[in-house]
Amino acid sequence: MTVGLTHFLILGTILFSLGLYTVFAKRSAIAILMGIELMLNAVNVNLIAFNRYVAPESHIGQIFSVFVIVVAAAEVAVGLALVISIYRDRISTNVDDLDWLKW
Amino acid sequence: MNSNPDLLTSLAGSIRSVLSPLIGNPDGVDMAMYGVGLLAVITLIFTNAVILVWGERKVAGFMQSRYGPNRLGPWGLFQSIADVLKLMSKEDYRPKLVDKWVWALAPIIMFAPAVAAYAVLPFGKDLVPVDLNIGIFYFIAVSSITTIPLLMAGWGSNNKYSLIGGMRAVAQMVSYEIPLVFSMLGAIMLVGSLKMSSIVEAQSHIWFVFLQPVAFLVYVIAATAETNRAPFDLVEGESEIVAGPLTEYSGMRWAMFFLGEYANLLAVSAIASAVFLGGWQPLPLPGALGDMMHAIPGWIWFALKTYIMIFVFMWFRWTFPRFRVDQLMGFGWKVLLPLSLANILVTGVGIFLYRVAIGG
Amino acid sequence: MNDMVFATAFYILAGITILSAVGVVFLKNIVHSAFLLALAFFGVAGIYVLLNAEFLAAVQLLVYGGAIAVLIAFGVMLIQRRDMSSSNPDAAWSPLGLGMAVMAMVVFIAAIVLTQFPVTNVAPEFSVEGLARLLLTDYVVAFEAAAVLLLAAMVGAIILAKGAKEA
Repeated sequence: MTVGLTHFLILGTILFSLGLYTVFAKRSAIAILMGIELMLNAVNVNLIAFNRYVAPESHIGQIFSVFVIVVAAAEVAVGLALVISIYRDRISTNVDDLDWLKW
Repeated sequence: MNSNPDLLTSLAGSIRSVLSPLIGNPDGVDMAMYGVGLLAVITLIFTNAVILVWGERKVAGFMQSRYGPNRLGPWGLFQSIADVLKLMSKEDYRPKLVDKWVWALAPIIMFAPAVAAYAVLPFGKDLVPVDLNIGIFYFIAVSSITTIPLLMAGWGSNNKYSLIGGMRAVAQMVSYEIPLVFSMLGAIMLVGSLKMSSIVEAQSHIWFVFLQPVAFLVYVIAATAETNRAPFDLVEGESEIVAGPLTEYSGMRWAMFFLGEYANLLAVSAIASAVFLGGWQPLPLPGALGDMMHAIPGWIWFALKTYIMIFVFMWFRWTFPRFRVDQLMGFGWKVLLPLSLANILVTGVGIFLYRVAIGG
Repeated sequence: MNDMVFATAFYILAGITILSAVGVVFLKNIVHSAFLLALAFFGVAGIYVLLNAEFLAAVQLLVYGGAIAVLIAFGVMLIQRRDMSSSNPDAAWSPLGLGMAVMAMVVFIAAIVLTQFPVTNVAPEFSVEGLARLLLTDYVVAFEAAAVLLLAAMVGAIILAKGAKEA
């Protein structure tokens, strides 16, 4: 069976589910960030696969993934800065310890 | 110029003609030729490292009015061979508390991006191993990975000096990568292509070092920092943090790092000569002198310019004292980055005015 | 490219990507997770090359491999202290999370397999020019917005991590 659109989409799905599981099941805030990055990568794989197989004459899928990458970079920078400043305050990055309602 | 191939292109042609009856299928021959290219690149990296180890010591000696290595062979030429033998015969020592896999993989991964970057270097006309459409961007992308092995080594060694060195490596290389890329953008804007061969072709009349002097300066400084050489060798600063990420490595593992560093040095010098110094284009001299220059094959010009750049980097190393960490970051973000941004702006305005002037 | 080579390359790259993603999720040492995340990003870059998106592959290497993965590893190292062997703990509700993720995966895969996509089989010739033209004409507003977002994120990250002086 030749490798086609479905294969790439399934790869994307598996990546996305792994990321989803990380976000659901990990306690460390940084691990959750990693899960989000995995999901964003899965989305990019799908976008580019659709671009290649469904609308090969335009580059719109690739443009979208460029923007996804930009947002991911911004998100990681701000996310890590947040995690580090929380760590300074609480000596912990476990999300279930972060249950106070006031700073 | 295809009608008059030089030594290396005709060599490639004859290897191809030997291989094609053996393999038959043209795709297979292409694949085999990539294999040959890879072998050639790896051979180049190893020989170059051997030459540079000796060369660096000779240059150091020259800068400090002493002889440098002079015992083994003529002018101490065989010194590097003795060094290699020493490194290979050393005990492969692994400290007890290292993070085994991370520690052991770091030197190997250090080597990988260095080799991968050579795929797009324009060694001469028709001598680009893989002339990608996005050539120079590929080089930038691949060389940005060099931070990971240093961080791995720093963490895996389980040693505070190593960890500090690894962190410094990340801070320094990520910061200086930005001016490095921006300095090349000016030249890329002038060419309008990311392909290495087009970038070199575009310099047949005037080298970009004359059109982009500020960019060249920024590139040289940022490249020195990118390759972790003095005065930016804070990653290994031996008077502060022993040897940084390399502290716990010895023998061949250490040699792999060393090899990777020299491979990177050659790569950034080669990119400097391709993007700013005209690559394989000969010196643009008028008349008969120019014809004489054209008689010399392109790859010799390329090698000559690359080694001049390497000499400049070595010259820096033995001339300038080391930066302090805060000075380093401040210089990168507050001087080099605005300078390279201003260069892009000026180049853009310049291109626009030029187009208006020629009415295009 | 002939089909055999393409399929082999796809399965190797997909294997690398998925195995290292599994490592990211299930390893107990979060530093190993961070480095495997970088490997997963490289695998995805390879997948982009197979999809004729060389430029995106290079962007992926540069941004994800050279910056995001490194930053995450850097953040981990700034935060983790002793005892790395259990630095990436599961929450108490993780079996529930596993169930949810598996369910999501089953639904997505069913949807993918059951849908007929209007696939065209012309392999596109990739050009950076096409991408650039779109980015600076039709999508120029989004492009500028992305630039502003990046600037805001940079300023925000610096202020969050360094602390601003009380005005």
